[in-house]
Amino acid sequence: MLWNTILLALREIRRNVMRSFLTVLGIVIGVGAVITMVTIGGGATLQVQQQIASMGSNMLMVSPGKRLGPGQSSGNVPFKEADVEAIMREVSSIAAVAPVSSQSVQAILGNQNWATQVTGSDNNYFYITKRSVATGRQFSESELRSGAAVCVVGETVRKKLFGGQDALGEKLRLQKLSCEVIGILAEKGQSTMGQDQDDVVVIPIRTLQRRITGNQEIGLIQVSVQDGASTDKARQDISKLMRERRHLAPSDDDNFNVMDMKEIAKMLTSTTELLTALLSAVAAVSLLVGGIGIMNIMLVSVTERTREIGVRLAIGALEREVLTQFLVEAVVLSSLGGIIGIILALIASVWLGSVLRVPFVFNAPIIFVSFLFSAAVGMIFGYFPALKAARLDPIEALRHE
Amino acid sequence: MTEEAHLHDSEHAGHLIEFRGVTKIYGKGNAMVEALRGIDLSIDEGEFVAVMGPSGSGKSTCMNILGCLDMPTEGTYLFRDVDVGALDRNQRALLRRHYQGFIFQGYNLLSRTSALENVELPLLYRGTGARERHRLAMEALGTVGLTGWEHHTPAELSGGQQQRVAIARAIVTGPAVLLADEPTGNLDSARSREIMDVLTALNRDEGITVVMITHEPDMAVYAKRQVHFRDGMIVVDEHNGGKA
Repeated sequence: MLWNTILLALREIRRNVMRSFLTVLGIVIGVGAVITMVTIGGGATLQVQQQIASMGSNMLMVSPGKRLGPGQSSGNVPFKEADVEAIMREVSSIAAVAPVSSQSVQAILGNQNWATQVTGSDNNYFYITKRSVATGRQFSESELRSGAAVCVVGETVRKKLFGGQDALGEKLRLQKLSCEVIGILAEKGQSTMGQDQDDVVVIPIRTLQRRITGNQEIGLIQVSVQDGASTDKARQDISKLMRERRHLAPSDDDNFNVMDMKEIAKMLTSTTELLTALLSAVAAVSLLVGGIGIMNIMLVSVTERTREIGVRLAIGALEREVLTQFLVEAVVLSSLGGIIGIILALIASVWLGSVLRVPFVFNAPIIFVSFLFSAAVGMIFGYFPALKAARLDPIEALRHE
Repeated sequence: MTEEAHLHDSEHAGHLIEFRGVTKIYGKGNAMVEALRGIDLSIDEGEFVAVMGPSGSGKSTCMNILGCLDMPTEGTYLFRDVDVGALDRNQRALLRRHYQGFIFQGYNLLSRTSALENVELPLLYRGTGARERHRLAMEALGTVGLTGWEHHTPAELSGGQQQRVAIARAIVTGPAVLLADEPTGNLDSARSREIMDVLTALNRDEGITVVMITHEPDMAVYAKRQVHFRDGMIVVDEHNGGKA
């Protein structure tokens, strides 16, 4: 009997293809939006995790100022070169320490002009950030010590300024500094924050201080903890050391900040997850709206088919059979909407994923749940119209015009 | 379906249909309308009854009660000795499903649905298997002379053809009685005669009892018995041979 009822429902839907489609449009959009959001969100989370992993999970960042949030600070007391040396010397379990200072500059080559970021550091920077020099070489000891006018450029800078030409040995100008390209970084792509990590020029820290910023300050200290050592322990040790060096009283807050990449990873992941949840919730509201659309059309359908219902009752349909028929119709309708929504969502996810450069992650549970949910919407919102149909008085119904 | 078990026995002692003092009152107070005033009527298996009377005479009310769509306010309606008044809505639906066929003035076919599917509809509710359903529906369409039209939708059929599809739908379950409410009301006289010929043949050849409302004397003469209503009462109940 149920199979027959489903056949009857499909027959009914086929009788009114256009209206059926418009009816389920709400469900299609709702299901499609929820699945797309969850899939893209899942992809973004995965991407964040992958990028964090590629950056190295045993990395600490020491930045000046009170902690406000990731990368934000205020009341800066900048670091000095001595701080970097002290950390390397005093804190055990540390593999490498790199001073990092950055500034936005115009990189100029002939009549080519490109706004980029110049980073002053040393060779440890390449090690800690897991970057390698693809062609050319790193800085030499003497270049670092003397603050020589040499630079290692990222792939984006190379492409923008040199195009197809050979960059090695050429000289490009950063403000008043004319420096020789000695190496090109291996490509790394976008960072978690959406920055192009290849849009960078790396020069020795001393060169940056003397020729560009004009001071001895170090903006950031990056620390790599030895494999297998506790990053928490290293973090506490650095904290203690910096408090001593800055002569902070026990009652004072830190005026610097030691961040663990693991923590940032966790935070970024939870942010993406929260965003995904919020967007999905908004999308879910459209499912509700879709349900109301179904109820609306089912009510219209009951009114329109009053005579038909009368005929069915007259030829011996039971109340529960009429109820089942309309309920099944609503459920079949909304389930079809769900299926269309799922298909559209998968197409949209793959497409959006490629546009946003987010990996496509097939999420079977959410698809299954969305399908069940769309069926449930039909069940819930179809019940009232179905009940109305089943309770019709056959005499009245047959007389209905 | 135990609810219908007591109806299965066709070896009933009394009449097919028996009204005992059936009264139907609509509304209350000043708006009260007495549609039927203590009707006594019995119809036996194999009869062909024409129910006649002006509008408001109670013939439609009588038909609704006969078809278990409405209940008498007072009095008893026995269908094969079963007191219909004691049945609930579902049991009456099952009685209709198994023992009664309906034909309406406006055909009431499902639109955009083929003749075959329309005729199969009552069998769907009876849970008949697909193959058997198809066979019975084709057979019923053959009986009303519509072989070859089974895949046409009502919009593609003439009024007379639509009414014949409706007759096929009513007889496909092999009912004990066919209740026809002005079956020729929307048809010209030639089509009307065709319909009456079909009904007469069903009554004569298949032994189906036919109760038909009509206000056209031309149609009523096809019946073997004529019952006239006026003001909620039966004023004439006469037997004639019927027009064969």
